[in-house]
Amino acid sequence: MRPDFLDRYSRLSSPVHRLPAAVKTTATLALITTVAAAPRGWTPLFVATAAALLVLAAMSRIPPLFLVRRLLLLEPFVIGVAFLSLFQPGGWERFVVLLARSTLCLFALILFTNTTPFSQLLTVLRRVRVPGIFVTLLALMYRYIFVLLDESTRLQRARASRSFSRRAGRGWRGTAQMAGQLFVRSSERAERIYDAMCARGWRP
Amino acid sequence: MHIPDGFLDLKTVLGTDLVAAGALAVTVRAVRRRLSSRQVPLMGLTATFVFAAQMLNFPVAGGTSGHLVGAALTAALVGPGAAVLVMTAVLVVQCLVFADGGLLALGANVLNMAIIGGLGGGLLYRVLASRSRGLRGQVSAAAFAGWCTVVLGSAACAVELSSSGTVPLRLVLPAMVSVHMLIGVGEAVITALVLVAIASIRPELVTRGRPRPIPLPLRLVAGGVGAALCLAVLLGPFASSLPDGLEHVATTLGFVERAASAAAPLADYHVPGMAPSVTATAAAGAIGTLLMLGASLLIGRLLVPGGGPAKPGTER
Repeated sequence: MRPDFLDRYSRLSSPVHRLPAAVKTTATLALITTVAAAPRGWTPLFVATAAALLVLAAMSRIPPLFLVRRLLLLEPFVIGVAFLSLFQPGGWERFVVLLARSTLCLFALILFTNTTPFSQLLTVLRRVRVPGIFVTLLALMYRYIFVLLDESTRLQRARASRSFSRRAGRGWRGTAQMAGQLFVRSSERAERIYDAMCARGWRP
Repeated sequence: MHIPDGFLDLKTVLGTDLVAAGALAVTVRAVRRRLSSRQVPLMGLTATFVFAAQMLNFPVAGGTSGHLVGAALTAALVGPGAAVLVMTAVLVVQCLVFADGGLLALGANVLNMAIIGGLGGGLLYRVLASRSRGLRGQVSAAAFAGWCTVVLGSAACAVELSSSGTVPLRLVLPAMVSVHMLIGVGEAVITALVLVAIASIRPELVTRGRPRPIPLPLRLVAGGVGAALCLAVLLGPFASSLPDGLEHVATTLGFVERAASAAAPLADYHVPGMAPSVTATAAAGAIGTLLMLGASLLIGRLLVPGGGPAKPGTER
């Protein structure tokens, strides 16, 4: 598995990427808060935010198709919840505003996460006094996601190569067995990692 | 169930963020005090495992498929406190890497899935599993806890959405809860199956998490969780009939009723023979919970033949 499939574009070099992570975090938070809190009538604000985000997206040199695909991937839930708002007074207007608002927030978040490497985010978290044990947890998770997804792919490949019919081993029990195996392997790996961390002088 | 940004208003965002941050601070302190440093990599890898396991598909009829959420499973494997941190880490990575779940809404998502899931589900699991001995009891308890975490999480999600004025509670609560009562059955079965699978490979990984008789304060918290479940199931429909745009309800009532039943796939969520009233909805919820408790016992019985007290060889 390509080791960078999660955040392929977060390490590009562009003016947006080069901004300090703390600045980007604050700006994203401020933008999302403003958009989420803006009253319904403020159409110019929504339009201005959309324009600003599009300019930033263009500056970031991330392939537009990738951004659109990410947005579409997450949009169904947004539409689903917004759909429920149709069934109340003034429903249509609410629906449109809700959709605009959450799509803008989503786009801002996608842009932010794809222009900021995860390690820089961890530094920001550490600076705002998030407990060390939690930052360690996140760092470990980010480090081993790739390893475990590889492990999971290997398990699936092994199963596919040993089952001759299309359905064999594809039942819930088979998949659960695989998930169980995955947990056993990760907890064994955790013990080895602990020894390795101690050998390198880590202390909690 | 990841709430994106833009659906919650500032009051709800602030409220849920504060509650989640407070609960996390308390949990971090408790975990730091009680766990050895050896557990830190285990927690990190468990979080990664949950992330990877959520990508495994469990086929459901008609080409759709479900996946594990994993809060109750995690709580059964590493304990409630660690489960809260593990699930929170999963949510943070999903938010910061995949933009799945909003940044401001992170508090709400942590509350719905990590805190209700890890702490609520974990305590429920402990109470139920400590009443019985052996793997069978653990499996049944984990299955039921898994169902409860999904249902309670969806109820909390509905309350947050409606308190932001996004959607009316009387619409979103029955819709979310009834759908998730079905989804929860899947979660219960998968949780049980995975727990049994782990026990068959490395029994000590499951039995080391076997709950000891729990101290009184924890039992009180668990009682609180149980009470919250009863409230959500029994009183939710009542709360949803509180005035919320009453003057419009009169005009749109017929329409809303139809909309509600169209929005919920489980359209006959009402007890047959009773008028589809608030009482009937509450009764249906209570019956559903009891049925699930029975089903969980059955799951344990089916998956762990000859349960009872664990065999000497499997005990550490």
